[in-house]
Amino acid sequence: MPQESDSAERPTALAVLESWLQRRLTADAKGWLEEKKSTALLEDRNAYLAFALAPRKVGKADLQLTDDEFEEALAACPGWTPRGWTTDQAARLILLLAGPADCFGRRLTQLCATGDIGEQVALYQALPIYPDPAGLTARAAEGLRTNIIPVFEAVAHANPYPRTYFDEAAWNQMVLKALFIGSSLHPIQGIDDRANASLANTMIDYAHERWAAGRPVSPELWRCVGPFLDDECLADLERAWNSPEPMAREAAALALAASDLPAAKTLLASDPQLAKGIDSGAVSWSLVHETITVG
Amino acid sequence: MAADSPSDSSDEPIRLIDPHVHMSARTTDDYERMAASGVVALIEPAFWLGQPRTTIGAYKDYLSSLVGFERFRAAQFGIRHYCTIGLNSKEANNEELAEAVMEVLPLYLQKEGVVAVGEIGYDDQTDLEDRYLRKQIELAKEFDMVIMIHTPHRDKKRGTSRTMDVLEEHGVDPGKVAIDHNNEETVQEVLDRGFWAAFTLYPNTKMGNERMVEIVREYGSERIFIDSAADWGVSDPLAVSKTFRLMHERGITKADIEQVCYHNALACYGQSGQIKEEDWTQPLPIDQRNLFHGNSVLRGGQTPRVDDSDSLVIE
Repeated sequence: MPQESDSAERPTALAVLESWLQRRLTADAKGWLEEKKSTALLEDRNAYLAFALAPRKVGKADLQLTDDEFEEALAACPGWTPRGWTTDQAARLILLLAGPADCFGRRLTQLCATGDIGEQVALYQALPIYPDPAGLTARAAEGLRTNIIPVFEAVAHANPYPRTYFDEAAWNQMVLKALFIGSSLHPIQGIDDRANASLANTMIDYAHERWAAGRPVSPELWRCVGPFLDDECLADLERAWNSPEPMAREAAALALAASDLPAAKTLLASDPQLAKGIDSGAVSWSLVHETITVG
Repeated sequence: MAADSPSDSSDEPIRLIDPHVHMSARTTDDYERMAASGVVALIEPAFWLGQPRTTIGAYKDYLSSLVGFERFRAAQFGIRHYCTIGLNSKEANNEELAEAVMEVLPLYLQKEGVVAVGEIGYDDQTDLEDRYLRKQIELAKEFDMVIMIHTPHRDKKRGTSRTMDVLEEHGVDPGKVAIDHNNEETVQEVLDRGFWAAFTLYPNTKMGNERMVEIVREYGSERIFIDSAADWGVSDPLAVSKTFRLMHERGITKADIEQVCYHNALACYGQSGQIKEEDWTQPLPIDQRNLFHGNSVLRGGQTPRVDDSDSLVIE
């Protein structure tokens, strides 16, 4: 969340990224980055060329951040979770963020428009650390409009941007599309906090559409439905509860557990072992996600 | 010819590269059949679309799709997609467009998977074509890149010689240039002058593959490779695999066949540093996430798909 009051003491994302690369890059790679950072100050073209060249110069190794470094990320930007980020991605963002403030918007637009897949992933996953992130919702929606799954997930997954800045319509579109393109819900930050009745209804409609077509329904869908269960959609959930699809019953149970509806409690209690599994944490959305993405 | 399984008689998996194919114009069925036939990697040269683009925006979006969506699309079938970036000879004749394209080319030349400047060269051999050929040769030198040359359909022999004259005039190392669309008339001179000689197996207008077999018999396999150049015209995305099999049938040695269908293209464009065998044999974790996403086919071409063409069911 954007908090103005404590921003003075907060390390900037740029400084944090630079410190991570300081600890990881070779002297040659550091020298290259320093030089390009200063030329990027001057001209768009230099910034674009250096941006494209970054993987060749600094490599594509996973940063493998330490716990302390993840803390630094959170201190610089609430919710920022750069898990799986690579050296070239960090270098690219340094090149973009180190440029003059009045060039930022223009450069971001051009880089997104001409970006290869790796560049687009780097650009979109960094939305929350850009200056004036609240002004970038259209850019974020553009990133989600793609059919290139890694680019979609750069916005949707492990990213605090949507939960912080999206209105309900944009949020709901993103969640529905995640299922539609075969992506997943668990890595979406705020998936439970931003649950809403309108999304629950959309998801129920989507389940009906899938059933009508004889297609499987993702067990994750019920996560959006659980807190808004009523007697009508309880019947739909029972279908998942009785479904032979892997993880469907576990998912239905988890959705039931999120509901205050007495009938939901009764149904869940009818499978005491599963109810116990939920209480102990042996059955969880995390496990459902893991099972369906590995399988 | 029925070949549902990409392996030759010795049961080793076949590995093929199609170093010139315009996949943006092709269907997912083509991708499936190419993967099943053993294609592990391909190169999509920037070209025209059968009709001219009239604005820079259209051109820019096309180049973006070559490094973006098309790369992702290929990955879904376990094929690694590379491309070349350039202003083609036909659209070089629109000076206003050509100038604007020249301005954006540097933005694309160093993207990941861009293996050459190309395909560039002559079409009608006009003054404007000559100007932009030379400008792009200089650009390739500035960025230390391989060049893919398109030789003209009409007046091919002289057009090919002329292109090589220009390349030499600009001091380009012939070992970093692939001259494409060769035939019996051009091959000797191209090889003698030290360039790579590529052959396009394209029905009716370019090479047929029986002729190709005879060329390999006569000239061997050094610096020679083949491609399909399949595009929006009547063309065959399986041309490389069909020719691979035809060469086997007609007694070309296994070593020669592998040079012509895999190793030479890799050696030529590998000089870019942007295409490496490890890309498909041992992809980096980040590339597995980005370029093989959502698909269990992680080792391109090694898990052939079953040909379901008999089924009428669309799921």
